[in-house]
Amino acid sequence: MADMTSPRTSMPERDPRLRRRTFEEVSLGYTEEMAVAEANRCLQCKHAPCTAGCPVNVRIPEFIAKIAARDFEGAYQAITQTHGAPAITGRVCPQETQCEAKCVRGIKSEPVAIGRLERFAADWHMAQKPAFALPKLPANYTHVAVVGSGPAGLTCAHDLAQLGYAVTLFESFHTVGGVLVYGIPEFRLPKTIIRRAEADLRSLGVQIKTNTVVGRVVTLDELMEEGYRAIFLSTGAGLPKFMNISGEGLAGVYSANEYLTRVNLMHAWNPDYETPLIKSRSVAVVGGGNVAMDAARCAMRMGADEVHLIYRRSEAEMPARAEEVHHAKEEGIQFHFLSNPVAVTNNGSGHASGLTCVKMELGEADSSGRRTARTLEDSEFTLKVDTVIMALGTSPNPLIRMADPNLNVDRKGCIIVDEQTLHTSREGVYAGGDAVTGAATVILAMGAGKLAAQSIARALETQSD
Amino acid sequence: MARIVTKRRLNPTVTLLEIESPMIAHKAKPGQFVILRVDELGERIPLTIADFDSIRGTVTIMYQSVGLTTKKLDLLESGDTILDLVGPLGNPTEVDHVKRAVVIGGGVGCAIAFPQAKFLYRAGVHVDVIIGFRNKDLVFLEGSFRKNCTNLYITTDDGSYGEKGFVTTKLKELLDAGEQYDLAIAIGPVPMMRFVAETTKPYGLHTLVSLNPVMVDGTGMCGGCRVKVDGTVKFACVDGPDFDGHLVDYDELMTRNAVYRDQETAAAEVHRCRLQALSDAAMMGGARNG
Ligand SMILES: Cc1cc2nc3c(=O)[nH]c(=O)nc-3n(C[C@H](O)[C@H](O)[C@H](O)COP(=O)(O)OP(=O)(O)OC[C@H]3O[C@@H](n4cnc5c(N)ncnc54)[C@H](O)[C@@H]3O)c2cc1C
Ligand SMILES: Cc1cc2nc3c(=O)[nH]c(=O)nc-3n(C[C@H](O)[C@H](O)[C@H](O)COP(=O)(O)OP(=O)(O)OC[C@H]3O[C@@H](n4cnc5c(N)ncnc54)[C@H](O)[C@@H]3O)c2cc1C
Ligand code: SF4
Ligand code: SF4
Ligand code: FES
Repeated sequence: MADMTSPRTSMPERDPRLRRRTFEEVSLGYTEEMAVAEANRCLQCKHAPCTAGCPVNVRIPEFIAKIAARDFEGAYQAITQTHGAPAITGRVCPQETQCEAKCVRGIKSEPVAIGRLERFAADWHMAQKPAFALPKLPANYTHVAVVGSGPAGLTCAHDLAQLGYAVTLFESFHTVGGVLVYGIPEFRLPKTIIRRAEADLRSLGVQIKTNTVVGRVVTLDELMEEGYRAIFLSTGAGLPKFMNISGEGLAGVYSANEYLTRVNLMHAWNPDYETPLIKSRSVAVVGGGNVAMDAARCAMRMGADEVHLIYRRSEAEMPARAEEVHHAKEEGIQFHFLSNPVAVTNNGSGHASGLTCVKMELGEADSSGRRTARTLEDSEFTLKVDTVIMALGTSPNPLIRMADPNLNVDRKGCIIVDEQTLHTSREGVYAGGDAVTGAATVILAMGAGKLAAQSIARALETQSD
Repeated sequence: MARIVTKRRLNPTVTLLEIESPMIAHKAKPGQFVILRVDELGERIPLTIADFDSIRGTVTIMYQSVGLTTKKLDLLESGDTILDLVGPLGNPTEVDHVKRAVVIGGGVGCAIAFPQAKFLYRAGVHVDVIIGFRNKDLVFLEGSFRKNCTNLYITTDDGSYGEKGFVTTKLKELLDAGEQYDLAIAIGPVPMMRFVAETTKPYGLHTLVSLNPVMVDGTGMCGGCRVKVDGTVKFACVDGPDFDGHLVDYDELMTRNAVYRDQETAAAEVHRCRLQALSDAAMMGGARNG
């Protein structure tokens, strides 16, 4: 048996001093030798606790055994029995709270690097097989509409197309991918991976209609009248929250979504593009999730001298992936924990000149187990910054629910569905991903897309019987 | 891709483009807008749907050349295509129950005011229109307005055409003379909309203004278009673009709209060469075609 204390195989990364100014991918991926070595750390546990920790139950020991046996394509095939985009999940899943959290090897030393292995298998497959015909069942000419092309929509469209349905994917932006293209930056998730997923969809016969805002240019009723037999709503949760503090309306104050959309979707990082973005010297990012990390690291790459991250609780409570926090620190982001903004100051001509914060203290855990944060008196301090980016969370995109009063939503604007089938209050209309759960994770959105495809197929089959 | 079918210069800086887009033309209502991206490297900019024809399947935009994107649009000719065109976005202007309206347009804002006037007038509403320009050379759409309103008043700052003065001068004159309206719609530069709102306030005249904050997505996702109305934050792309003119925080709107001014000047400089190259290419293309 393997030495139970051997640490995990580290993954090569670009030097922080070099990468903090470029958008090239930070993590370089395992070589074949590294992947085999890491796969050999797996104990092949019969009860596979890791699989139970994965929201979609990837058959982890099975795919890792194939990597250990150098059957890399077999490993890829084993993963894609469960979900189709390991190149994405391997890079962005919060593994430390999911699959890897349950890994037995984690008890005595470090868990098996499941995410890195997943990424390796996917990258290997893409490098070996640049293009190939995807298996598909014979066409059955039943039309299904998928609205929104984030991970939930991409997965649902893919699975339905594979089952032979005629799928049309509607997207309001000019590019498909949802948060994967407008939110998560290139240095964490290269966009070639999403272009590849898009090409796969096209080769499966999925019609892709970009620049199409469902609810404005075409309503759900009209889609039904046009002959779509089912609709899957995967419109995400992008509506940004603000703090309602004074000075938030000043120039130089962005929501993380606007900042990231300008940098990623609109390529502000590439001087060939015409997208304007403030040239910041000193930036404050407010929040502690993945979105805040991405905004801070983008600001650094856009040339800021200093980037501050302000989070109201302590490091232990930060919801961001551990790896992102680690990378952000390496790149020189300055963390201010237990700090809460109270005002953005004005430079006298309507532009932000600083962020005034107070210090916080953590109290007892409340009924939900979360420790409450209390303001410390006389603890005010001001950071001199010219740009403030608010990354405080988001709620479901408003257009769909505004356009369709018959769609039941909860108080927060999340679409209400039957959990077993993802069916909404409207006949033939299903919903999943962030639009239902509020801001969550890529893998949960993919899981919802899969479940929706299954229940749509089931419903349509019984109808045609 | 959307094809330009007509291009017409309305004055030295304002241009009209009629663009093929049957889907948008079918759905558009007065007060709504589109977002377009000229080419892969371009910015997304919002422009009001100034007119639409569901039979021809076209929408019309009228824009003022102020920066890089609008200058790039200027290089296109009929037959050329625009890479991305999204719409209709925003809420249609609320004009139910209106019997007598005054529509006020300033400069390029007249383009945006036009569909409102036309729609109201064709719905049988008494529509007085006041349009204002800096001078005679900038006047446009006069004929179109004449056909679509009850009374048309034109003002110029220097008196070179129509009546000398600002649109607010004329508006106040009408209100003082006892004209009764149940709605005023004001569209133009922010200071002008603010003055119109200040003018109508003492008369208790409900006034809508159409706001033009910076936008990216137009679907309520970036918050770039946030404006303060009656002390609360609204997203102009999904909650507007029309708001109660008596409740808008105009100062905030103006500073936020100026946020990229310096950079845009710099960007325009950087991209000048590319524009020059584009325009040279366009001229050569034109020569070949001609
Ligand atoms: C910056 C950032 C970083 C993140 N990092 C991670 C991470 O590292 N790991 C992780 O697991 N999760 C991460 N997340 C969360 C994750 O990306 C989301 O949970 C996931 O993308 C949700 O997928 P979705 O398909 O439900 O929606 P989205 O990805 O939001 O896609 C929704 C799509 O629908 C489109 N749309 C909306 N309304 C309409 C309409 N009316 N008509 C047509 N189209 C419409 C939108 O334009 C969008 O493309 C991050 C999120 C952000 C913002
Ligand atoms: C709902 C809406 C409807 C509009 N309708 C019209 C119209 O019908 N005709 C018309 O001529 N203009 C209209 N505008 C304004 C138009 O969008 C801007 O003039 C255009 O974005 C300028 O782009 P540019 O690249 O040519 O200039 P830039 O070089 O980008 O900027 C020139 C000036 O415009 C401001 N600006 C930049 N981007 C935007 C933006 N996205 N929105 C608003 N202002 C911006 C800049 O701060 C600068 O002061 C509308 C704006 C909105 C929000
Ligand atoms: S999908 Fe995510 S959680 Fe599941 S095994 Fe892969 S990396 Fe782990
Ligand atoms: S728990 Fe860890 S060691 Fe056990 S099978 Fe899963 S990955 Fe391998
Ligand atoms: S334009 Fe992005 S929220 Fe309105």
